[in-house]
Amino acid sequence: MKKICLSVIGLFCMFLSAFSQADESYHNQTLQVDEINLVSGYYNQTGDHSAVTGGIGSEKLNDISNVIDLQFVKWNDRDNKYNLGFELGVDHHTAASQAYVSATGASRNWGLRVYPSINWSVEKSNGLILGIGASYSHEYNYTSNNLNFEIGHVSKNKNTEINFRGNVFFDQVKLLEPSELRPKTIVTPGVTYTTASGNVISDDGESHGPKIPSSPRNTYAGSLTLSQVVTKNFQGELIVDGVAQKGFLSLPFHRVYFNNFDSAKIEKLPNTRFKFPVGVRLNYFLGDHIILRTYYRYYEDTWGIKANTASIEVPYKVSPFFSISPFYRYYEQSASPYFAPYKAHSVNDAYYTSNYEFSAFSSQYMGINIKITPKRGVFNVPAFNTLEIRYGRYSQTTGLQANNIAVSLKFK
Amino acid sequence: MKKIKILFPFLLLLFFMACAPVKEYQKNKINDAEMVLGARKVEKPESNFQSYREGASGANGGKVGGGCGCN
Repeated sequence: MKKICLSVIGLFCMFLSAFSQADESYHNQTLQVDEINLVSGYYNQTGDHSAVTGGIGSEKLNDISNVIDLQFVKWNDRDNKYNLGFELGVDHHTAASQAYVSATGASRNWGLRVYPSINWSVEKSNGLILGIGASYSHEYNYTSNNLNFEIGHVSKNKNTEINFRGNVFFDQVKLLEPSELRPKTIVTPGVTYTTASGNVISDDGESHGPKIPSSPRNTYAGSLTLSQVVTKNFQGELIVDGVAQKGFLSLPFHRVYFNNFDSAKIEKLPNTRFKFPVGVRLNYFLGDHIILRTYYRYYEDTWGIKANTASIEVPYKVSPFFSISPFYRYYEQSASPYFAPYKAHSVNDAYYTSNYEFSAFSSQYMGINIKITPKRGVFNVPAFNTLEIRYGRYSQTTGLQANNIAVSLKFK
Repeated sequence: MKKIKILFPFLLLLFFMACAPVKEYQKNKINDAEMVLGARKVEKPESNFQSYREGASGANGGKVGGGCGCN
């Protein structure tokens, strides 16, 4: 009886797999929604080294992020696959330090960031991949415009893929300075002065609203990726990036206090920076239930930072539709010579910052990822393909502590 | 020593590429969703905060620019 039951289940599975293969061979030639992803995250942190107050002061921050991502797909009669993607993200944060852009702590302590993007790509039947895209990001004191392209090739046996992606960002940093350091008078034709709040008052005494100037920051990035299937349960990827930044790379509301000067100054950093990160990913399917996902990155830049990042995630497949993945990430970096803590810089230094992002520290990030992909859809909703929940706890040796929780919903 | 560090990933890749090709019908484990190379969609918020809180970024298929990370 048991054998009969198993045989019936086996036949049923064969029937289902034959059905799914028939589906896969059918390629729709009209543009259709392939998948929709919704990712929401909540992040909070505490710390005592805010750069706004010169390396001391609260770093308390809460951030809520929401991203919707729509993927469309179509095929043509030459079996070329076309992908079109739209993404819209909205983040809202509250930050204790942001209030202290004003010396009295009266500045707005929250902000909103909106970032839409569009991407188009074609995967040709001969293995060639071509793509272009654009994105935009706006928050009160920062605007970013991005253009990108990609070119790649997948080998005939689909075991090797090489891809190059280029990105250019044309950003504008609003020169929003700490209130006590803002220029009180700007003499321009027809304009009398600028108040501490940034309002421009003309000869007639009328306010013309905030007129805070901006400064450009451009980023040019190239990323080469080589991925390779090594055995039937092992594959790897090598990523080599080169990033060049030019323009105003400091932040105008970061204060620096000196050991030989009474008042604060705005942080001063070079106006060029080159970054060279190289990363390797290796994924190994161990037995039937355990997967090892590993990653290592070496990083070096022209601001004197050298960093190592290593992470491991071990998904355990409880069933084909349910997996639990504990993960751990270790990061360490050396300090930039431009960094010194509160009141440790000399006013004679060429460059100075008390932003602990440029200090020597290590960090650990650990948590768990849960992924549910039921055959009949999550909560029996056929289109609700995947539900993923991820929680992580982050701690730095600088004292910064953070929690991050994210939920991803995939509809297909 | 620095040259070895730089060349090591390329040598590793060459070694991988020299392996016998894997046929499509042998890829049921390679094609498992958990074996995907690259970050998961749900990792997007954490790769954002890590790039803002740490000096190093890049070479992870994620963010290389755009967005201030001011706070």
